[in-house]
Amino acid sequence: MIVLAVPSKGRLMEATADWFAARGVRLARTGPAREYAAEVEGADGVALRLLSASEIPGALAAGRAHLGVTGSDLVREGHADWAERVEALAPMGFGRADLVVAVPDFWTDCRTLGDLDAVAGQFRAVHGRRLRIATKYHRLVREHLRAAGVADYVLVDSQGATEGTVANGAAEAVADITSSGETLRDNHLRVLDGAPIHRSEATLFRSLRARWGEAERAALAGLTATLGLGRA
Amino acid sequence: MSPSAAAIRDEAARLAEGFRARGAAPFETAVLQPAGPLLDLYGEDIRARAYVTGDPHAGEMMLRPDFTLPLVRHHMAGDPAAPARYAYAGEVFRRQEDDPRRPREYVQAGFEVLGDADAAARDAEVLAALRAACGGAGRTTFGDIGLVTAAVRGLTTSERRRGQLLRHVWRPARFRALLAAYAAPPAPFVPPPPSAAPDIGARDAAEVAERIEALRADAATPPVPAAEAEAMVALLALACAPDAAAAALDRMARALPGLGARLPFFADRMAAMRGALDLGEVGFEASHARSAMEYYDGMTFTITAPGLPPLATGGRYDALTRAVGGADVPAVGGVARPAALLAARG
Repeated sequence: MIVLAVPSKGRLMEATADWFAARGVRLARTGPAREYAAEVEGADGVALRLLSASEIPGALAAGRAHLGVTGSDLVREGHADWAERVEALAPMGFGRADLVVAVPDFWTDCRTLGDLDAVAGQFRAVHGRRLRIATKYHRLVREHLRAAGVADYVLVDSQGATEGTVANGAAEAVADITSSGETLRDNHLRVLDGAPIHRSEATLFRSLRARWGEAERAALAGLTATLGLGRA
Repeated sequence: MSPSAAAIRDEAARLAEGFRARGAAPFETAVLQPAGPLLDLYGEDIRARAYVTGDPHAGEMMLRPDFTLPLVRHHMAGDPAAPARYAYAGEVFRRQEDDPRRPREYVQAGFEVLGDADAAARDAEVLAALRAACGGAGRTTFGDIGLVTAAVRGLTTSERRRGQLLRHVWRPARFRALLAAYAAPPAPFVPPPPSAAPDIGARDAAEVAERIEALRADAATPPVPAAEAEAMVALLALACAPDAAAAALDRMARALPGLGARLPFFADRMAAMRGALDLGEVGFEASHARSAMEYYDGMTFTITAPGLPPLATGGRYDALTRAVGGADVPAVGGVARPAALLAARG
């Protein structure tokens, strides 16, 4: 028996169910809607587990789930050695969003990461402290800014409503996930030019840390064949 | 095979004893350090390298990533201008985001000299002390970030560009990119279209306007002369025996007038080093350890053995005491890693 972890609620859950249904596998709740019991029809030896999307990377990394659907941003942020813990089986074509750095739109002098670095230097000289960037993606943002040689900034934690942190005085800039950029624009923020820090997408992952005995490998082969993922 | 914890403790005690025999006072500090001063000093990089935890009363705390900052604060709280030597030994804690095989905690034994203005003699003394601690194991490489900063200060360009290069001396890739950009022919300045967006956040419209003016002036700055830019790149690449360094640096100073200002000190320190240790096994690299720590601003060194973490590292960090205390207090020191030393000896 292999465990397939999928998001337990919302648009992500519906899109996941649709994606599997389009490939001949039905994910179904077995009890009332508020219970997290569920089953898989159309694939043998697969147990369904409904988890919060943010818990799925941890379940995969620890091997508690054999397969899981979650955003690639969450997998990469959660574990430095994610590539040794999970393998992407299939990008699923929904839940697309970019992790970007955004600054106040009226900063007309700041369009690139190079500008951001110079602005951070100026800010520190003027205000005597580091420029604050609000985010919940600390690791990914720090790696990105370090690679670009940005200095004189500090990340401040924001687990929600990050786009509001500049207006309410908690940060000078943000690094957040966005699909259309609309929420950022509504908050008078502008995405910096250049490639995003990460392009995220809902992805079916396979855990490399779960137990993969003969029965589990057979169940995986059956499921991937049904889904048409071209793996034996 | 890794040495036992007891053997590492004994070796650390032996090293600290050796440092005390050189006139160092013992220094101790808590494992749990307030995070604020460390974050102010090192910025975001320290979060990637240190364990952060919380205390309901004291706020954000860090497991000490090294002894340097607590030692500097201890020294500054006394008479900063009075020369003092310190010795310490204890665990430090490092998060390993990139390589999970590196140790998360290990013992360091350190020797630091603060408040002594004779930089040439003290640089040589610290290097000799750490070489002696290693007992002949490993190969020593040293550099001098002061050569790079002196060369930058003498570049034929604007004060603003020199300032940007000095800000990034410790980030070699960014430094090279800036240098290449400053040596390229100027591009015409196109002012950004004005924005009707409201000014939100702590950075105000005057700061934006000021930087646009700075960009306008920067666009009119003539490029760094090609001979200077090329000599700068050659300086960063210089690696040779210490005895060959002086002649090579003299040649480069013809194109880099600022570099010449550092060479008398370089010669003094070479003389002090010859008096304090055998330079036969020592290599020189002008770019050595530039990315190791932002506040190294003079000599840096590492003592390494194949397949092991560095046996010893250190350098001069006057810039750190300036950032912490606002005063110029000369500071130079180094740490040895007892576990690596035991492994190197077999």
